[in-house]
Amino acid sequence: MLLLRKFSKDLPAVLGLAIVVLVLVAALLAPHLAPYPLDAYESHLTRRLKPPSAEYPFGTDNIGRDIFSRVILGTRSALIVSLSVVSGAMAIGVTLGLVAGFYGRWAGEAIMRVTDVFLAVPQLILALALAQLFSPSLESAMLALTLTYWPFFARIVYAETRRLKASLFVDALQCIGASAPRIVFAHILPNAASPIIVRLTIGMGFTILTAAVLGFLGMGAPPPSPDWGLAIAESRQHLPDTWWFATFPGLAIFLTVLGFNLLGDGLRDIVDPRLRRSR
Amino acid sequence: MLRFFVRRILLVVPTLAGLLLLTFLLVRVVPNDPSAALAGENATLAQIEEIRRQYGFDRPLWQQFFIYVGQVAAFDFGKSIYTNAPVAQDIKQRLPATLELTFIALALGAGLGIPLGVLAAISHNRFADYAIRVLTVGGLAVASFWFAIMLQFLFAMELDLLPLRGRLAVATDLPPLVTGFHLIDSLLAGRLDIFADTLRHLALPAFTLSIGAIATITRFTRSGVLETLQRDFVIYETAVGYPRPVLIGVYVLRNSVVAAITQIGLLFGALIGGAVVVESIFDWPGIGTYAVRGILSADFKAVLAVTLLVGIIYAMVNILVDLVHALVDPRVAEQL
Repeated sequence: MLLLRKFSKDLPAVLGLAIVVLVLVAALLAPHLAPYPLDAYESHLTRRLKPPSAEYPFGTDNIGRDIFSRVILGTRSALIVSLSVVSGAMAIGVTLGLVAGFYGRWAGEAIMRVTDVFLAVPQLILALALAQLFSPSLESAMLALTLTYWPFFARIVYAETRRLKASLFVDALQCIGASAPRIVFAHILPNAASPIIVRLTIGMGFTILTAAVLGFLGMGAPPPSPDWGLAIAESRQHLPDTWWFATFPGLAIFLTVLGFNLLGDGLRDIVDPRLRRSR
Repeated sequence: MLRFFVRRILLVVPTLAGLLLLTFLLVRVVPNDPSAALAGENATLAQIEEIRRQYGFDRPLWQQFFIYVGQVAAFDFGKSIYTNAPVAQDIKQRLPATLELTFIALALGAGLGIPLGVLAAISHNRFADYAIRVLTVGGLAVASFWFAIMLQFLFAMELDLLPLRGRLAVATDLPPLVTGFHLIDSLLAGRLDIFADTLRHLALPAFTLSIGAIATITRFTRSGVLETLQRDFVIYETAVGYPRPVLIGVYVLRNSVVAAITQIGLLFGALIGGAVVVESIFDWPGIGTYAVRGILSADFKAVLAVTLLVGIIYAMVNILVDLVHALVDPRVAEQL
């Protein structure tokens, strides 16, 4: 309750939560909210590139599809991609971090060296190289993002596990004969949960951005999917005549990422008051 | 300090060896037939056979790895499918353009980020602080490729103030090649017109690239300054009557920028990653555009060489950052 009250006083975090909820609702109810739900795939060549109006709030694109509908329909793929990437990365990273942190020795060393290697190259470049090797498609983009995001989780969980392993309650558990898996999963993992959750929230925003870059470069969802990054790539040929085509999908990315970042910042403040607004 | 430097370099060796192994595995093991993948889609069987022998794919994997390491050490990355020139030569031609862009973006990031961070900290919880916070959180949430297109639309297409793409106008001649950095080369040649043209072309891509850097450096500087302001020596120096600007600008800042400097090293990697996208939008003739073309034309050799190169640059920058770190705060050197 105290945490809840503290959270509600943090205006930016509440705003972030509101945006995230809004995006989630938009994604869940997308086909019902979009005024022209069929415009995800249908084209209407008679109404190409119409500026925003009451009928088409964000205008229409190069083959006459309602951009407002496509932005709403795009929330689905954006959230599905980022959720599966982040949860996949979390599953790998948390497991490896726990093993490396708890067992230490050569296995732990080996895992952390591999983590270092992955962190030695900027995530975007490694993801691009991987996505290309797997032959470009939405699935390979997701796989590439997962395979390059887990080290961030591994690092955090490793540090937390090392810290917790040295604490008194773990010694006590060992004394009364608790098995190693029990200590790790039933005691250490719950104690390390809060930094993981913070990373998860920030990772959502981050992954939406990176996935949009892959889509923009043509390595994500294929046309005609209502993908935001893809829409911005398609809009480039129609500048400077149609400002609305590029603007609104970009604003959608901005708003969604902003929501997750604000929420993540707020959660971090609650989880670790020492870091108040530090980064 | 020398000992610190040597130890810091030794720490990087395992990471770089791992990176070599990773790129090796990516190109030799992931594709079913690496020879066919390297030869490209339209290769004949004889060409594939030739590559198989040339790269030693008919030998055991561990031998192949040592051959690969030897090739990398000799900067032999093979020929690019796209340009049909050796990848090493392509990269050498394009690297200065990327570095010039990245350094300018980093300079913008530090030059704007540190003053903004200090401003936010000294007006803690007042209007300027809130305004800067909104800007920095927004700066981290914006998709750089979209922002680049918006800037192009506004400043190049609508207002016609700045060039749309490229590194120099077609009518401007290239500065004599000394460093490959057009800003430096044009000054060395005394050609202020080329210098001005380079700056005009740099403005939009460098600003796009620096958005994230400005935001991150601002936030770290702000929190650093806020923390330092609570220390006893600040109260003492205020009481003794140091002028506020000297106190903040010299003593507080020096004690606060350590975290921001560490961030600059990490940012460098993010900037090079971001440069891939920004360059391809502004047609900047650097390794980012090269990598994107490599990706679009399935040019494995080009992409992996860029990946490896970026890893090496990243490691070197981080060593450099640690050195600066140790110079600013000598206690760091003793910890390692």
